[in-house]
Amino acid sequence: MTTLTDPPQESFRLSMLLNDTRYRSYTFQFIALILIIAFFSWLINNAINNPTLQSNGVGFGFLWTSAGYDINQQPIPFNSQDTHLRASVVGVMNTLIVAFLGCITATILGVIAGVLRLSNNWIVARLMSIYVEAFRNVPVLIWILIIFSIMTVSLPGPRAFRGDDPQSSMLFDAIAFTNRGVYVPKPLYEAGSLAVFITFILSIAAIFFYRRYATKLLYDTGRLLPVFWPSIAMFFVPTLLVFFVLGRPIGLEYPELRGFNFQGGIQVRGSLIALWLALAIYTGAFIAENVRAGIQAISKGQTEAAASLGLRPNRIMNLVILPQALRVIIPPLISQYLNLTKNSSLAIAVGYMDVTGTLGGITLNQTGRALECILLLMLFYLTISLAISGVMNVYNNSVKLKER
Amino acid sequence: MSDTHASSVAFVRETAIEPAPPPATETGLIKWVRENLFSSTMNSILTVLSILAVYYLLTLLLPWIMNGVWDASSIRECREKLDGATGGCFAVLAERWHQLVFGRYPQDSYWRPMLAFVLMFAAFAPVLFSNLPRKLLIGTALFPFVAYWLVWGGSVLVPVAVLLGFVAGYLVYSRLVDQSFAMGFVGGVVAAILFWWASGFVVTEDASFMSLPAVESRDIGGFMLNLILGVVCLSVSLPLGIALALGRQSSMPIIKFFSVIFIEFIRGVPLITLLFVANVVLAYFLPPGSNFDLILRVMIMITLFASAYIAEVIRGGLAALPRGQYEAGDSLGLDYSQSMRLIILPQALKISIPGIVNVAVGLFKDTTLVSVISMFDLVGMVRGPILASTDWNGVYWELFGFAALLFFVFCYGISQYSQWLERQLQTDHR
Repeated sequence: MTTLTDPPQESFRLSMLLNDTRYRSYTFQFIALILIIAFFSWLINNAINNPTLQSNGVGFGFLWTSAGYDINQQPIPFNSQDTHLRASVVGVMNTLIVAFLGCITATILGVIAGVLRLSNNWIVARLMSIYVEAFRNVPVLIWILIIFSIMTVSLPGPRAFRGDDPQSSMLFDAIAFTNRGVYVPKPLYEAGSLAVFITFILSIAAIFFYRRYATKLLYDTGRLLPVFWPSIAMFFVPTLLVFFVLGRPIGLEYPELRGFNFQGGIQVRGSLIALWLALAIYTGAFIAENVRAGIQAISKGQTEAAASLGLRPNRIMNLVILPQALRVIIPPLISQYLNLTKNSSLAIAVGYMDVTGTLGGITLNQTGRALECILLLMLFYLTISLAISGVMNVYNNSVKLKER
Repeated sequence: MSDTHASSVAFVRETAIEPAPPPATETGLIKWVRENLFSSTMNSILTVLSILAVYYLLTLLLPWIMNGVWDASSIRECREKLDGATGGCFAVLAERWHQLVFGRYPQDSYWRPMLAFVLMFAAFAPVLFSNLPRKLLIGTALFPFVAYWLVWGGSVLVPVAVLLGFVAGYLVYSRLVDQSFAMGFVGGVVAAILFWWASGFVVTEDASFMSLPAVESRDIGGFMLNLILGVVCLSVSLPLGIALALGRQSSMPIIKFFSVIFIEFIRGVPLITLLFVANVVLAYFLPPGSNFDLILRVMIMITLFASAYIAEVIRGGLAALPRGQYEAGDSLGLDYSQSMRLIILPQALKISIPGIVNVAVGLFKDTTLVSVISMFDLVGMVRGPILASTDWNGVYWELFGFAALLFFVFCYGISQYSQWLERQLQTDHR
C-alpha cells in the first residue's frame, strides 16, 4: 500500500533566481532597477560637479526678475519691466492662440479635403490627392518659411496704400494686407454690448433645448418638428433685434493709414499668419486622410441596410454613416491636434513669440538658466499632452463598442 | 401548315439585326466626362472651379519655370537677364548646389558621400526586397562602418575595430544563446565591450593606415546632413523601439513603469525642446571635460524621440495579434525570448509596417528642425549662408521650392514603397 505523502518541501536555492520562472522576473527587475538608478545617479552626479551649474546654482528665482525685452504680440498687457514669469505666461497664451486657430482651420480644411477626395468628380478627387500628398511629404518648417516669405516679401508695404491713386487698396475698405502684417477692424464695445452678448448666449442655449425637445417629441409621439430653419432663426433674430434696439452698441474701429504705418484696428502679424496657415494646411492634409479612412472604414452593407429601411440619403449619412465614422475619425483627429500644438513650437523659426520663443528663447539666453527654462518648457507641453490624451481616453471609453 | 402561317403573319425576320452602336453620350470620352466631371449640378460647378484654379496656377507657374535663368552669378544679374519678365532665378541652384547638398564638405572629397549614398541603396536592397539573395545582408551589416569611414574619414582602423567588437560579441552570443537568450545577450555585450577596451590600446587617433582625410562634423551639412540624421536615427531607434514596446507590454511592473514613463514623456514634448536639450542642457549631465560632437548629441536625442514613436506603433501591432498566438507559443513550451522572436514579433512587425513607415517619413521631415539650433542642414543652409549672402538675398521661391521638391521626392518614394510592401505581405484573401 502506498500512502500519499506531502510534496517535498523545495528549499530555496540561489540558482532558482535565474532558472525558475517564478523568481526570474524579480531578478530581472532588480537588475534593471539598479542599472537605471546607477545611470541617473551618474547623470545627477555629473550635473552636481558641473562648474557652470555649481557657480550659478539651480533655482527658479529668475522668474521674478525683470524680463527686459518686449513681446510683439500681447494678449495681456506686457512691458519690458515685467517679470520673466509674465513673459512666459504671454508666451503660453500666444501658443494657445495659434494652436486654437490652427486646430479649427485644420479641421475645416481636413474634412472638406477628405470628403472631396472620395468624390466621384475625377478632377476634384485628383486635386485633393495632390494637396494631401504635397503637404504630407514636405516638412512643415519649409511650409512655415514659405508662407512667412509670402507675408513679408510679396505683400506691399504700407507706403503702397498712400496717395490718390494707390498701388494697393484695402479689402472692403476694412482689411489691409501689408508686409508688416494684416490689419483688421477692431470691435469697440460700448454700453449695452453686454446685453447683446447675453442674448446671443441665451439664444444658443435655446437652440440646444429646442433640438432636444424636438428629438424627445419624435421618440415619444412620432411627430417630426422642423429643426433646421427654427434653429437658424433663433441664432440670428434675437441677437440682431437686441443689437438694433439698443442702438448698435458694438462698433468697429477701422485701420487707417497715418504717417508711415496703419493705425487703429488689430494688427495680425505675418509671423502669426504664417504659422497659423502653415500648421493648418499641413495638419489639414493629415486630417483629410483620417476622415477618408474613417468614411471608408464603414462597410457598404451599412449604407445598403439603411437604404433598405427606407432612409433618405442625407438621413443615411447623418444617422448611420457619420456616427460610426466619427468613432474611427476622432481619436486620430485629437492626436493631430496634439501634433499641431507641439509643432507650434516651430514659431521660433519665424519670430512668433510663443512659449518656446519667450521662455525657451529670449529668457533662456538672457538669464543663462538653460536647465530650468527647458524643464519648465517641457513641463508645459507635457501637461497639455497628458490633458488631451486624458480627454481622449475618456472619449474612447465612452464610444467603445460594447460587445458581448 | 407553313402555308397558313405564311398567310397569317405579314413579315417574319429571319436574321438578327446588326447590333447598333451605343448612343454617342454613352461611349468613350463623352461618357467618361459625363460620369466623372458633370454628373450633377454641384459636380459641374466644382469641375469648372477646379479647372479655373488649375489654369490660374499654371499661368503663374509655367512662365516662372520656362523663363527661368540658370546662368547668372547674382540676383542682380538674374533680374537684368529677365528684364522685367516673370521668371525664376534658378541660377542660385546651379551656383550653390554644393552647399545645398553637401554643406561645407571639402569639394575634392564629394565622391566619398556620393559613394556612401550609392552603397546605401545596395545595403538597403536586401532589407527592402525579400526576394534578393540573403547573402547580401552581410553587405548591409558592413555598410554602417564603410559609410562612417567614407563620410568622416580618418583611419580605417577605427571602424574596423568597432566592427570586430560586434563580431566578437556575436560569436560569444551564438555560443551562449543555446543555454539562454539573456545569458547570450549579456555575454555578447560584455565580450564586445572588452574587445573595444582592448583595441583602444592598438588603435590610436593618429593611426594613418589606409586613412582618408578626416572631415569635421560641423562641415557636414546640406541635404546630406538630413539624410545621415534620418537614416542613422531611424536604424538605431528600431531595435530600441521594439525593446520599449515589449517593455510596455511586459508583466514586470518596474520595467513596464519605466517604459511607460519614457514613452509618454518623449511623446508629450516637441522635438524642438529635445534639440534644445541636446544643444545646451545635455552638456551639464556629461562628465566635465567630455566633448561630444553636436551632431552626435542631436543624433542621440532624435533617436530617443523616434524610438518612443516606433514603440507605440509596434505596441499597436502587438496588441492587434490575437491572444491565441501568445498562448500557442506558451503551449509549444517556448520561453519568452523564443516565442517573441519566432512567433510574436514577425507577425507584429508585419502589421506595424505602415505605421513604422509613417514614423520614418515624419522623422525624416523633422530632421529639418536642426536648423533651429543653428546646424546647417538643407533648410539651415537656405536660411543662413545663401539667403544672407549679398549675391542671393531675395531668392526665396527657388530655394524653398528646391528644398520642398527634394523632400517630396524622398518621402513620397518611401510611402510608395510601403504601400507596395503592404501588398506583398498581405497573406489574407480579399
